[in-house]
This record gives sequence, structure tokens and C-alpha cells, in this order.
Amino acid sequence: MDQVANYLFQIGFSFSIFILISLGLAVIFGMMRVINLAQGEFLMLGAYFCTLCTNAGINLWLSFILSALAVGVFGVIVERLVIQWLYGRIIDTLLATWGLSLLLVGGVTTIFGPQTESVAAPLGNVQVGAFGFPVYGLVMMAIAVALLVAVYAFWRFTRYGLIVRGTMQNPTISAALGVNRSLVYMLTFAFGSALTGLAGAVLAPIVGAYPTLGIVYIAKAFITVITGGHLPLIGTVSASGLFSTIDGIVATVSSSVIGEMTVLFVAIILLRLLPLGITGRMTRGV
Amino acid sequence: MLEVEGLGAGYGRIPILNGIDFSIARGEIVGVLGHNGMGKTTLLRTLMGEIRATGGVIRFEDEDITRLAMHRRARLGIGYVPQGRDIYPQLSVMDNLRMGEIVRRGQSAVPELLEYFPVLEALMERPGRALSGGEQQILALARCLAGRPRLLLLDEPTEGIQPSIVDQIQAKLAELTRALDLTVLLVEQNLRFIAALAERVLIMQKGTIVASIAPEQLSDQAIVDEYLGI
Repeated sequence: MDQVANYLFQIGFSFSIFILISLGLAVIFGMMRVINLAQGEFLMLGAYFCTLCTNAGINLWLSFILSALAVGVFGVIVERLVIQWLYGRIIDTLLATWGLSLLLVGGVTTIFGPQTESVAAPLGNVQVGAFGFPVYGLVMMAIAVALLVAVYAFWRFTRYGLIVRGTMQNPTISAALGVNRSLVYMLTFAFGSALTGLAGAVLAPIVGAYPTLGIVYIAKAFITVITGGHLPLIGTVSASGLFSTIDGIVATVSSSVIGEMTVLFVAIILLRLLPLGITGRMTRGV
Repeated sequence: MLEVEGLGAGYGRIPILNGIDFSIARGEIVGVLGHNGMGKTTLLRTLMGEIRATGGVIRFEDEDITRLAMHRRARLGIGYVPQGRDIYPQLSVMDNLRMGEIVRRGQSAVPELLEYFPVLEALMERPGRALSGGEQQILALARCLAGRPRLLLLDEPTEGIQPSIVDQIQAKLAELTRALDLTVLLVEQNLRFIAALAERVLIMQKGTIVASIAPEQLSDQAIVDEYLGI
């Protein structure tokens, strides 16, 4: 019984991390087709912002929201200064965002130093039989699921969500129908950035904040979104579900390194069999 | 309603339009005829703002819109149905229609449009990509009208559509321009279609307008040969 709980916790915990790190990228890369190599650094900025807020005595949950807003604003600046000139130019975007990534890692190292800034993980443990589970892990799962539901509902059922979906499918005809596509692109990029910043903040209590934090997660995030295929949200959820199940089980029976290797291996096989990703053949949804 | 003076435009450094002059009065349906590559589509794209004008002036309802962004022109009341229709492939027919009126305030035009285009009613939940060419053309027209434009720019609405649907579209356009008080600039290759709808036909050659003729003259073989002969 407690062994089952342990597996479920590991899978759920892994799922929440996959979702958190991939959701912003699902918007920026999955929907907007912008390959943002600085995505990991947006995560890192979120984590730093969260540590700064909590060190300043701000409540942790409020710090999450502030971090999301701060990285969202940062996203607006990046989009206006860099990305907006490069839509549709994949190689140029790649180089520019890679440069931005190096700049951010270097800049943060210069200001804060290479050491890890930590945030105290709140809420303690809950005991199930022989295993103690951190309650914060359960909170992360709740946050991940809540974010998913919120983003899906926003995309699927709101007027703004429809504008974004339409504009990403065909920006020119959207402009001919009166949509300010430049504004929509800017806000969508900011939205993806804010989601990433929030993810960084939520991760901060378990991994801390350090300059190269993003490098650990960026590959995983890209693999998840790419494996998901052309429907960014449904794809990201199904890829996250699959990977976290594998990761949770393998990591529990052997080690986390083997778990990550297995995930990577499965992703390669899967993309060989389904080159368009899990949602490659689906025609509807987001 | 629309006045164009000395309009020039092109792709990169290649000029396509040269000193285009014409005007359209409110309620008029004006056709544009010409061979492929003469600049008809470029003209519409420049009027809509998809391509930047390199010279000249475009005035819409006495306002200079030459430098205005595309979405601003749309909001002023210019509707554009491009060649190829540009239906959103992954959005349902309903969502395609909603996109047409998404920036407009006021009541939804969808119920009214379904009265004009009852064929769409049974398709509302289908994704745009699952529609036939004729259905897509009707949807594109309805989506454009959902924004309640006063000037309609139509680029080859009959292209690739079976003759029976062409007749339906022709009848619909004639009915709607009167019912909705529309002014239309219609680019077409289909002589019969343009002769039936237009009150005046502009002939385009090599990026400029060389003549303006009456639609009845399109049945005169000598005139057709002169301007459109191969």
C-alpha cells in the first residue's frame, strides 16, 4: 500500500515538473513556433525573483505571482527588442535567443555569484506508512494541474484565446479581419514567459536558484513539447504523462539518472515511430 | 468612397503597380480584369495594407489610409477575401465566423449571416480544413461580412469552384451588396461572372489601369481581344 503511494507520488511529482517547465514553452514554441533557447533562463529568472521576494520578507505564494508578472514583463521587453524582428526566421531566432541565454547566465552570475540561493521549502512532510512525502510536492502537483486547466480553458473558451489560436494559424488574414497581430504576438510571448517565470518560482523551494538552472531543464522542456506534436497543450500533457510515468517508476526502482536516460530513450523511439509527435494525427483541439 | 491616386507598389525592389488611378463611389460594384501577373492581386493587397505602397495615395471615405496598418484599415470598414480563401484550417466554421467579428463591438452578425448562407448551418462544428472549395469560399465571404465592412475587396471568388456554386455565389453577392449597402471591388478572370455583377470594369495591364469599360462591352469579342486577347 505505501509502496503504491510512493510510486504515485514519484509519478505525480515528476509530472508536475514536466508540466511546469514545458507549459510556457508549449505557448512560445508550440503555438508561436519561436525557438527560444533562453527559455531555461526565463525559468532561472523566475527562481531568482522568487528568492529575492522571499528574502525581502514577502509571502511565498505572493512571490510566485510576482515572479510570474516580473518574467512576463521581461518577456514583453525581449519580444519588443529582439523576437518581433525575427518571426519566421528560425536560425536567426535561435542565435539571438542563444546569445540572450548566455547574457542572462553571465549577468546573473556577475550580480548574484555562482552559488545557489535557496528558499525554505514550506509545509513539512506527510507520513504514509514507511514513506514521508513532502507536502510541498503535493502542492506542486496541484499547481501544475490548476495551471493546465486554466491555460486550456483560457485558450479554448475565451475570446482572447480564440484570437490567439486564429492569429497563430494565419496572422495575415487575422490582420485583415482587424486583429492587431503585433500586439497579439507580444502578449502571447509575455504569457508564455509569465508561465515560465511562475514555474521557476514554484521550483525554487526544491532546487533553489542558481545561474545555470535553466540548462538542466531546457532540453527536457523541448523534448516534451516536440514529442507532444502540433497541438501544444494536449501534446504537452500527454507527453508529460508518459514521461513522468516512466521517470517516476524507473527513478524509484533504480536512480534518477537512469530515469532521465530512459525518458530520453523513449522520446527518441517515439519520435522515430511518430515523427509528427503524439498529436500528429489529431486535427482538433489546442 | 475609395480614391486611389498614382499608387505604386511592389515586392522588394521589383515594382508591380505603377501609377494606379481610380475611384469607387459608394454602392458601386467595380470589376478588375486582366491577365495573370498584371498586378490585380497586388492591387488588392496594397489597398488592404498587406503590401506597403511605394508611392501615391489611398483614401477611404476621405481619410488618407496609405500608411495605415492592415488591422486599422479593417477596423475602418474594409473587408478583404483573399485568393485561396485563407480559412483557418483548425478552427471550426463557427470559430472562423467569430474571428470575423472578433474586434467589432455590438451584436453578433452570425445569426443574420446564417440566414443569408443557410448552407453553413449544418457545418458549424466542422473544422475549416474539412470544407470543400465552394464551402470555404462561402465561409470566407461570410466571415468577412461578419465584420460588417462597407467596402469589400474580393480576389477571384470563383477560382477553382464548380459552376453551380459559382452561380450561387453570384446571386448571393448581388443580393447582399444591395441588402447590406456594400461597395465592392471585384478581381475576377471569369468574364460571365464579372459581367453579371459589375457596373464598371477596369482593365489592368502591366501594373496600371489602361481602360474602364462597361460590362456589356465584355460580350463584344473585339474589345475582349484587344484587352484580354492572348
